Amino acid sequence: MAMAEQSRKGRRRSPLFGIAKKTSSTLLTVAVTMLGLLFVTFFIGRVMPVDPVLSIVGERATQEQYMDVYLELGLDKPLFTQFFIYLGDVVQGDFGKSLRTGFPVWDDVTRVFPATMELATLGTLIGVFIGVPLGVIAAVKRGTWIDQVARVIALIGYSMPIFWLAILALMIFYGKLGWVSGPGRVDIFFEDIVPSVTGMILIDSIIARDWTIFWNAVSHIILPASLLGYYSLAYISRMTRSFMLEQLSAEYITTARVKGMSEWAVVWKHAFGNIKVPLVTVIALSYAGLLEGSVLTEIIFSWPGIGKYITISLLSADMNAVMGGTVVVGLVFVLLNIFAELLYKFFDPRAK
Amino acid sequence: MSLADTQKPGLRAWLLTDTPTSRRHARAASLYQAWLSLKGNHMAMLGLGILLALVVIAALASVLAPSDPFIQDLALRLTPPIWQADRDPAIEGYILGSDSLGRDILSRLLYGSRITLYIVTLVALMAPIVGLLVGTIAGYAGGWLDVILMRITDIFLAFPRLILALAFVATLGAGIENAVLAISLTAWPPYARIARAETLTIRNSDYIHAVRLQGAGPMRIITKHIWPLCISSLVVRVTLDMAGIILAAAGLGFLGLGAQPPSPEWGAMISEGRKFILDHWWVATMPGLAIFTVSLAFNLLGDGLRDVLDPKDGKS
Repeated sequence: MAMAEQSRKGRRRSPLFGIAKKTSSTLLTVAVTMLGLLFVTFFIGRVMPVDPVLSIVGERATQEQYMDVYLELGLDKPLFTQFFIYLGDVVQGDFGKSLRTGFPVWDDVTRVFPATMELATLGTLIGVFIGVPLGVIAAVKRGTWIDQVARVIALIGYSMPIFWLAILALMIFYGKLGWVSGPGRVDIFFEDIVPSVTGMILIDSIIARDWTIFWNAVSHIILPASLLGYYSLAYISRMTRSFMLEQLSAEYITTARVKGMSEWAVVWKHAFGNIKVPLVTVIALSYAGLLEGSVLTEIIFSWPGIGKYITISLLSADMNAVMGGTVVVGLVFVLLNIFAELLYKFFDPRAK
Repeated sequence: MSLADTQKPGLRAWLLTDTPTSRRHARAASLYQAWLSLKGNHMAMLGLGILLALVVIAALASVLAPSDPFIQDLALRLTPPIWQADRDPAIEGYILGSDSLGRDILSRLLYGSRITLYIVTLVALMAPIVGLLVGTIAGYAGGWLDVILMRITDIFLAFPRLILALAFVATLGAGIENAVLAISLTAWPPYARIARAETLTIRNSDYIHAVRLQGAGPMRIITKHIWPLCISSLVVRVTLDMAGIILAAAGLGFLGLGAQPPSPEWGAMISEGRKFILDHWWVATMPGLAIFTVSLAFNLLGDGLRDVLDPKDGKS
């Protein structure tokens, strides 16, 4: 009897214990994933057939100069020792120096990441504000021409090579029509004028109340953001439609209709209310996808974001920069995934 | 099909029977019914048609192409397509215009279809098989093996895909084969996830217990009883992913890390034409249209296949 009592008490304590257990296992997952990510990037960086020493000292260095740098980089030590040294530095927030820019990688990454974030956020906003209503309408008008149009819009989005669309859009809207500004974040003579607070030029120029620069930045970002927005729109609208279809065929919807509720209330209050949680997950995932740095878009629009940074570093064998950038991107991706999962658990009682 | 139907009413009835007499009979019947419902989907049939045309074009590229895709004619460089008003009417050939080295764009596109097919086929063979192996082993074995394999999968999922592919190509050297390898390495994790999820649901079903009681080992259970059931969801996923794979391959080509010049790979052709885009739009536009058409075809077919093979989540 006493044993039973005790075990019941133990069970009563368990929700808090469960949360603690869940949190620690989540943290462990993140840690292990990040460790693996570090290891894979480190390994790729070391087996790359490019000599990091040569890219520092140049072709004409003497043997002595070469060996100095070789030893300084710790390349004489075994691979695993090198990895653990690197790991120790990373834990302290030291990703080493970028060979290409000469700055610490961490500074570089914190400088370029806001640019990507600005673009990704705007792209996701466009995707959500057009994609969600489009998906809902397509589901409500299932089988009509509206549904077909929404389907075609999404399919074209899925099938279009983004770099090609970007080139064509630049040619038409910048080259021929002159409606928007060209590559880059602002015109060259506006660069570095507003003090960097967030690193996002739209927000910084608002803080500085410099409207000329703000509108100039808008005219630069609008094209790449619309392109990325189109891609997330395609995905978000399809997912919204399928979530909505699932809800609209449920019995409680029929009940609501029978009871004389207006169609608007049925769709937006009942059905849409129930898809909010999975929808937020989908949006978080699509945001994570854009935050990974849309490499090709950033390259074509000369957007100084993380995708372009990693790619150019990679092509010039600047492995510190590549590793640092990839780890940061990977961390953001993992965290957003966990965030989406948590949202699901908190807001959907069935998922418990 | 309709001709075959009228000629052999017996075959159709045999395929549509409710009481199959053998295992092969049942399998043929279910395939035929899937085909019938796929045939009713016009969009999917359009996609299938485009892909069949692609295969024919790739096979007959040397016959269909009006000229050699590599022959240069600098005197006729950047000739506009045939319908452009500013084109010199004396020029013959070059239906879709010529590029900066005076090569015929149409011929290059036709030959480029071979590269696209080659990449798509190899990736479609490699990535799902790796994913299937990892996923079913993890799901069936469970325990620490499951944990390790799924952690590895997560690590690869956490990588930015194009950057991982770039890194691999940069390590292995640029080229089509390495691009294929790199894309496959980034493409397998979702398949592993799907295969594992399917395995987990299948593993505890009664018929697997029955087979195990009969003395079947894990190898036999996985290869003979679990794999066949994973195939249909993988096929759907692969078809839907094909578009992404084509786009990734073209992106690598565009960055100069896929097929190397003078190879007529479509992404590389866009990259070449980019410099001339303002005054000579066709050089970059034509290969982009080709990429778009093929990936659209895969998406259309994939959408249709999902409705047919995966009716349990009718999410189209």
